[in-house]
Amino acid sequence: MAQPTRAGERLAVRPGELRKPGQVEHVEKTFELRDVSVSYGGTPAVRGVSMDIYHQNITALIGPSGCGKSTLLRCLNRMNDLIPNARIDGELRYHGEDIYGPAVDPVQVRKIIGMVFQKPNPFPKSIYDNVAFGPRATGMKGNLDDIVENALRRAGLWDEVKNRLRDNAYGMSGGQQQRLCIARAIAVEPDVILMDEPCSALDPISTARIEDLMLELKERYTIVIVTHNMQQAARVSDMTAFLMVELTADERNRFGQLVEYDDTSKVFTNPADERTEAYISGKVG
Amino acid sequence: MGMPAMVNRTAASGAGAGSPRRSLAAAGPRYGERLVQLLLGACAAFSVAVTAGIVLSLLSGTVDFFREVPIGDFLFGTEWAPSFADARFGVLPIVVGTLNIVFWSLAVAVPVGLASAIYLSEYAPRRVRRAVKPMLEILEGIPTVAIGLWALVFLRPLAEDVFPFLPWNTPTSVGVAGVAVGLLIVPLVASISDDAMRAVPAGLREGAYALGAGKMRVSLRVVFPAAISGVVAAIVLAVSRAVGETMVVLMAAGARPSLTVDPTDSVQTMTAYIGQTATGDIATGTVDYYTLFAVGALLFLLTLGMNMLAIRLVRRFREVYE
Amino acid sequence: MVSEKPPRTARTRLAVAGARAATNGALGTRSRRRAVAEAMFPAVLLLGLGFAVAGLASMIIWMLIEGTPRFDAGLFTNPPSRLFPEEAGYRPAILGTLYVIGGVIALIVPLGVGAAVYLEEYADSSRWFNRMFELNIQNLAGVPSIVFGILGLAFIARGPLSLGFVAAAGSITVAMLVLPTVIIAAREAIRAVPSSIREGSLALGATQWQTIWRQVLPASLSGIITGVILAVARAIGEAAPLLLVGATFFVTSDPHFFEGSYTTLPTQIYTWARQPQEELRVLAAAGILVMLALVLAMNSFAIWLRNRYEQRW
Repeated sequence: MAQPTRAGERLAVRPGELRKPGQVEHVEKTFELRDVSVSYGGTPAVRGVSMDIYHQNITALIGPSGCGKSTLLRCLNRMNDLIPNARIDGELRYHGEDIYGPAVDPVQVRKIIGMVFQKPNPFPKSIYDNVAFGPRATGMKGNLDDIVENALRRAGLWDEVKNRLRDNAYGMSGGQQQRLCIARAIAVEPDVILMDEPCSALDPISTARIEDLMLELKERYTIVIVTHNMQQAARVSDMTAFLMVELTADERNRFGQLVEYDDTSKVFTNPADERTEAYISGKVG
Repeated sequence: MGMPAMVNRTAASGAGAGSPRRSLAAAGPRYGERLVQLLLGACAAFSVAVTAGIVLSLLSGTVDFFREVPIGDFLFGTEWAPSFADARFGVLPIVVGTLNIVFWSLAVAVPVGLASAIYLSEYAPRRVRRAVKPMLEILEGIPTVAIGLWALVFLRPLAEDVFPFLPWNTPTSVGVAGVAVGLLIVPLVASISDDAMRAVPAGLREGAYALGAGKMRVSLRVVFPAAISGVVAAIVLAVSRAVGETMVVLMAAGARPSLTVDPTDSVQTMTAYIGQTATGDIATGTVDYYTLFAVGALLFLLTLGMNMLAIRLVRRFREVYE
Repeated sequence: MVSEKPPRTARTRLAVAGARAATNGALGTRSRRRAVAEAMFPAVLLLGLGFAVAGLASMIIWMLIEGTPRFDAGLFTNPPSRLFPEEAGYRPAILGTLYVIGGVIALIVPLGVGAAVYLEEYADSSRWFNRMFELNIQNLAGVPSIVFGILGLAFIARGPLSLGFVAAAGSITVAMLVLPTVIIAAREAIRAVPSSIREGSLALGATQWQTIWRQVLPASLSGIITGVILAVARAIGEAAPLLLVGATFFVTSDPHFFEGSYTTLPTQIYTWARQPQEELRVLAAAGILVMLALVLAMNSFAIWLRNRYEQRW
């Protein structure tokens, strides 16, 4: 058990940046993970993760490279299905329903659990068509113009693009493209938005805007974010999960393990595990 | 091993609305997706069906052929006269005709193609490269009928002017046809060899230049040997192409089979035989109808063997650098 | 210090051989002969390249000289005529080409693009039959064109399909010949679409086919169309397989698709070219000009299309 630290002593995060403890509300569980393991063709990537992700919270997954954060994230919307020899063990429940159950349709899962990727990946189409693609493909009812406008407003992009909806999305800046991807994900009205290092390819100003956006989106959506940036996790998230790389017994392969999962403020000021403390204070990773 | 800190807070009563439970099951059975996959798989399978069709058609005709003609006569006989009263089925003359074409075409295509490739990959400034590459593509795209007529009407008289001492006595000549085929193969040799040489890492060249070697030495003794499997693949494909060429030889090489190596003679190649016979009037079910299939099978096997060899060589030159 | 020798891979061997050759050159006797050879080498190479360019130039110039005297409107509208070669034209041949090529396009686009989509999007490349598909297509691309004619003769004009010696049979035969070209070009175009686009689409809840139809195919369209145009340009010039499938010699009436004798531009040219009469040779050359213009136009269009609409990722 690590020594309780005086705030600021060995931290990478300034105390003013932390969410005040007690602000977090846990109403219900969106995801329940029990002993989840992922391996690619026999090589383990993540092992034995058990945690609960709460409704309308922002949950951050942090840890050094290769610890399986993205792999774990991609399990939540069955994107790992796209990799031919990926294998997922353990139990993964969404509001009590097994995500990998036999009657479950991955396409449906992805409508409900959306994803924003590390490198913005807008389609080579107009801004309007980018946002409209999801609703069109999934056969959403309603006025398409309204849906697109709502999504762009909620992503904080409407005022910037309302006069150039027909322009090609590739003409936008990186930060705008990423907000477009967020708008695109919102347009299909998911419950959950997964974000895989959404700001790592962006400049600090765009990053700040997207972090503000995340705090707004939290009102409607459950957000799970993978991030390399500890300060970001501390600023934005309600709960933080720290994963660490371990070696397998034969020392040939590395895999990730969940070390600590708790309220963000606790993880960053008084981590229970010394590995967490080492990572947060910059000693490792 | 750290204990994961499990936070177990039960739902607070009444605080906030629960999210609507949305089912994860599929909206419908999605037959359309499966149907599409099947249709597309059928399209891919069609290409297999084509190969199967080729093999079957050749096989059945060849089997019928060898019912009437002993295989030894076919492979080793020296007279090819299937449609005559006293029919002869020795395939050697038309094979030799094809080999003659291969020889003369390689004599043109290999030096010219390799010289072009070395020049384009090692010497040519970018503007020259951008001007020359389309020219080679145009050469590759000219229909072979046109090249055949050009060989017959332009090249043959030119050859007689340039080499008057040779015994020219027929308007068709295997040497002239071979040169024409060689010219049409040059883009093939040049582009594959060029690709192979450009795939040689810059580091190998730069190291050699740094040691003080001149450009010719680097091209010939460093780059070219490094690209050798690609170059050999190019030559093998060139042979395969020359063997399979029909229109040029049909028009410019001749219609009478003959066992000769004289470039001024007219010969008949395997492909020309097939082309000529099919356009004549032959009844199905006769032996000479079946000769089409036997010769076709021989042609197919030769080119298949060479193509597989070339594919393996190309794979090897890619592997070395990846 | 004990150092391990690096593994003797092919790459290492080549590097060593190259270094040895270069060092020999640098440290060997620097004779005037060597210097002269170095200077003359590019000239020799240019000579080789020049031979090819000269050959091409002589072909084109010869065709222009031979063919332009007879290049007039009648070439396109008149039927062939043995009696009046000065008035003979390529009308049935041009129509025949249009029919045959129309059939070819109708076949190669769905079959070729469909096969490419399946191989790139659905097929798991670790399974044996998918690798067999690939090998098969590569082999088909190298089969001599006349062998396709034999296939057409045995199975399409006669045999199971028994369509007879009609334009439809010619279409199917030539389509099979150029299909590998389309499949290979389409596969490359589809492969060039980055997987991030597919992931983005799937992550929104689109199905695999929706992703292919609405994202992948539109993004790879220019590459696919370029491949189709190049295949068609090749198909226009093909004569050998059609000789076996009934593109007969003396056709004076306009052809139909499923019945009646037909001929195409290259086979008609071949017919004229064999005749001894001078006027018919000239006619053949004029026909070559038409065909060449068509083929060159299509190739240039394909290249322009590729340059203009190429998606840079």
